[in-house]
Amino acid sequence: MGRDLSRRERLKLPRQDMEEQAPEARSVNFDEVNLGYTPEQAVAEAERCLLCAHPTCIEGCPVGIDIREFVRLVAAERFGDAADVIKRDNFLPAICGRVCPQEDQCEGACVLAKKYTPVAIGNLERFVADYERDHGGPLATPTLPETGKRVAIVGSGPAGLACAADLVRAGHDVTVFEALHELGGVLVYGIPEFRLPKEIVRAEVDQLADLGVRFETNAVIGMIETIDELLADDGYDAVFLGVGAGLPRFLGVPGENLIGVYSANEFLTRVNLMRAYAAGAETPLLDLYRKTVAVFGGGNTAMDAVRTARRLGAAPAKILYRRTEAEMPARSEEVAHAKAEGIDFETLVAPIELLGDDDGWLTGVGLQRMELGEPDESGRRRPQAIPGDEYEIAIDVAVVAIGNDPNPLIHKTAPDLAQTAWGTIVADPQTGRTSKVAVFAGGDIVTGGATVILAMGAGRRAAVSIDEYLETGVWQAESES
Amino acid sequence: MNRIVETRVLAPEVKYFRVEAPRVARKRRAGQFVIVRVTGNGERIPLSIADADPEAGWIALIVQGVGRTTRTLNRLEVGDAVHDLVGPLGMPSEIREYGTVVVVGGGIGTAVVFPTAVALAEAGNEVIGIIGGRSREFVILEDEMRAVCVDVYPTTDDGSYGYHGLVTDKLTELMVAGDRIDYVMAAGPVPMMRAVAEVTRPAGIDTVVSLNPIMVDGTGMCGGCRVSVGGETRFACVDGPEFDAHLVDFELLARRNASYGAFEFYRNEEFAADEPCRVDPPALR
Repeated sequence: MGRDLSRRERLKLPRQDMEEQAPEARSVNFDEVNLGYTPEQAVAEAERCLLCAHPTCIEGCPVGIDIREFVRLVAAERFGDAADVIKRDNFLPAICGRVCPQEDQCEGACVLAKKYTPVAIGNLERFVADYERDHGGPLATPTLPETGKRVAIVGSGPAGLACAADLVRAGHDVTVFEALHELGGVLVYGIPEFRLPKEIVRAEVDQLADLGVRFETNAVIGMIETIDELLADDGYDAVFLGVGAGLPRFLGVPGENLIGVYSANEFLTRVNLMRAYAAGAETPLLDLYRKTVAVFGGGNTAMDAVRTARRLGAAPAKILYRRTEAEMPARSEEVAHAKAEGIDFETLVAPIELLGDDDGWLTGVGLQRMELGEPDESGRRRPQAIPGDEYEIAIDVAVVAIGNDPNPLIHKTAPDLAQTAWGTIVADPQTGRTSKVAVFAGGDIVTGGATVILAMGAGRRAAVSIDEYLETGVWQAESES
Repeated sequence: MNRIVETRVLAPEVKYFRVEAPRVARKRRAGQFVIVRVTGNGERIPLSIADADPEAGWIALIVQGVGRTTRTLNRLEVGDAVHDLVGPLGMPSEIREYGTVVVVGGGIGTAVVFPTAVALAEAGNEVIGIIGGRSREFVILEDEMRAVCVDVYPTTDDGSYGYHGLVTDKLTELMVAGDRIDYVMAAGPVPMMRAVAEVTRPAGIDTVVSLNPIMVDGTGMCGGCRVSVGGETRFACVDGPEFDAHLVDFELLARRNASYGAFEFYRNEEFAADEPCRVDPPALR
């Protein structure tokens, strides 16, 4: 067991910083930036937990991990048991420990957050998951007896994987269909290696396969098979759509089709999924060495893109954002990492026009200076143009990271699936039930572009509801009951 | 892995493959394509589905070796396999009873228009084929086209076979002769497609072209294949690949397709021994 510490003693313990690669070193490689805790650090950090009677951290977790219990087990050096506790609620902890915005979730809700610094729950989750993987993998995860019911999950991103994990453990026969050649969705095509190594994703996917989840890559549902065919011809009893919001938005200004203008999806896919960063890569990418690369946007994807460009030699690599740093949706850790790596931030600017040469290559961008006005619906102060304050800068490559719209592919083949004016699928936020019998949906295709953990939460809520539907066979929207 | 069950050389560096892909063979419709990875770390390349046999479970791909990936693919033989393929992708050709239809294929483009010609003929259209090549050896699929067309006009740039001239010269001739043409479908090099659009525009003949932009995922996710049609940005992979020829910005397409010219050239060096270098290396940008 861990040390018996008083509350006062615990409050005095300092938060354990995680080692990271030095900025000079990491800005020229694709290895992971954060290096993880040692077991000693993990125990020291876990000892900071006050083991609250009413743990608010758990309320802050979208998937409701029993955080107090797993942290207690870490403090007691029972790392394997800690992993089991986490995996009751989250089967992808090595991923979540790395990419969740803990400062807004569990750690933001930690009682220590107000007067002290919160327990580093994300770092501990990551440590436990990595420790378990490096020490022979999980103990046999209990699964319920086979039900004989079959579920098709469309999309192997966070929503689909989380849904698959719960359903397979409930005894259902689960097949996940993935359009790309690799599993993980945005976890492999979007989030860069230096933030989430693909090996980590592969290991967590492999654990699902070990539990009996079947995976089919290169299968674009809607094209090779419609939803109706999955249900009627292939004998699936339910379908979960976790296809993500995969249609990149562009800037809507002249010149966005010039050579040198990428969507963040394309840029990151070429580099991450297709490994354009590696020597001898088969997939081409424009040469960024000593080129000026401008990334439009202020979210995590924008940070991923600009830091990727930096690692490919871009100098300068800059963020162009229409509000100020305070309004950036990116995690503060990502912004801090980007700055340490020498990324320039130019805020309160909006593109008016992308400029090109006679051969159609990008050469620059015309920018409009902005100021903050009244708050908008999101509560953030709305940027507005300062009339007449415009200027141009020279850039060689632009990456547009201003979000994604829902991919229309599914709708084209399932017109009976109700959608919103924005093209997202209408689904009950609690149950994931859509307008179509036996079809559930969750993640970005329902909410629009959000986060990995929110998608996982939606996948898990849908799994509960799918399990219930498979058992009762009753399909009724809540509003009708 | 998808096994190659038949190969045939159609023209210099142009090869016909039958590849096992039973589900794609059952699902595909004329005008659709697949994305192929030849090797495990290879790039993803779009290839039109030239033909398919749902019973036997194969699809036909016709490949022109231009870059490293297509040239690697063209070295494969029966019994070899491509690493994986995904499809069918893209919107199928719009098949209706138009009346008299002229299907125009330039070089490898004939492989793109051929399945649409078959579908148009089956839908009751009178289909006329114009299939062009630089010289005789580059005219492909003539017998296959003859099987579904009422007339097939091979054309060659050098006059070594068939009509001496461009496909658009032959198309113009048919139009001048007063034959009624209700619909034109064309695929081939960008300048050829643009020329077809310019020939049919004054006569107001509905014309579609099958575009061939650079792609990565093929499902609308990356936007690399964006083209401008009627001033609007469209994604060829999910909105196309066929678009109204009179609205396509061909210059933009040609430019964007040249994005990686230097990359292609320099990584093609391992193939240089096969073929004397005919062009100056492009400038690296």
